[in-house]
Amino acid sequence: MSGSTIIFYLLAAASVVFALLSVTTRQLFRAAIYLLFTLICIAGIYFWLQYEFIAAVQIVVYVGGIVVLIIFSIFLTQQAGEKLAKQKTDRQLLAALAVFAGFIITVLQISRQTFFQTDKTPVPPTMENIGQQMLSVKEGGYALPFEVISILLLAALVGCIVIALKEKKTSTQSIKKEN
Amino acid sequence: MEPGLYQILILSTALFFIGIYGFLSRKNLITMLMSIELILNSVNLNFIGFNKYLWPNQMSGLFFTLFIIAIAAAEAAVAIAIIINLYRSHRSIDVEEAKDLKY
Repeated sequence: MSGSTIIFYLLAAASVVFALLSVTTRQLFRAAIYLLFTLICIAGIYFWLQYEFIAAVQIVVYVGGIVVLIIFSIFLTQQAGEKLAKQKTDRQLLAALAVFAGFIITVLQISRQTFFQTDKTPVPPTMENIGQQMLSVKEGGYALPFEVISILLLAALVGCIVIALKEKKTSTQSIKKEN
Repeated sequence: MEPGLYQILILSTALFFIGIYGFLSRKNLITMLMSIELILNSVNLNFIGFNKYLWPNQMSGLFFTLFIIAIAAAEAAVAIAIIINLYRSHRSIDVEEAKDLKY
């Protein structure tokens, strides 16, 4: 067993264990921190696969952005140190059973499948190649999806502001309702 | 055993189904959102694995992963705005409490 093999299995095991902890712990803040560790382990696997750009994006967007957002929302909506209510055991059992069956079926299918690698010359996923193909308008370029994503991000930003906007009228209505 | 495409696929399957388990067994909206992030991450890992081991001559999987990450960020921001608004009006983010779509 070489060093890189050991590193891969360590990262894979750590990501699975932290993901399991993240979906089973009853403390919401801990779940967010376990999710953070899972995302970092997945970024490590991208580094192991030598997709450095994707690993960097994963760390910047997920670890630096989404997890921080989730932690903010936990602080805004949850009392500190409060545990989540215990779920019904039969619901958890059924979910675990369904998930386990799905996992077994998928792994069986994967192990039966044989994959064939193309023998064309590989293109290294360097920054230069990624940038040129991302903004190219020729065949195989990704300029159109890039523009669509930029419009989607703008729409999401505007949507967030509109949703989070506090109107005076509605707030008085909700106070009336509470009374 | 030298890790290859099969190991990556099995890892991403495991992460995907852990995410599904979290989505089915939790009732808190924030934990459900976290499960969705796990599922999206497993899909990203799948794309990267296929790109690396089967078609290294092009970069389609890499671009799909980039776009999925962008969409996941937008989705998380909108979902958290909705969750905080829901908490403001219902004082709870449990899915069972949110029965009415109108505030």
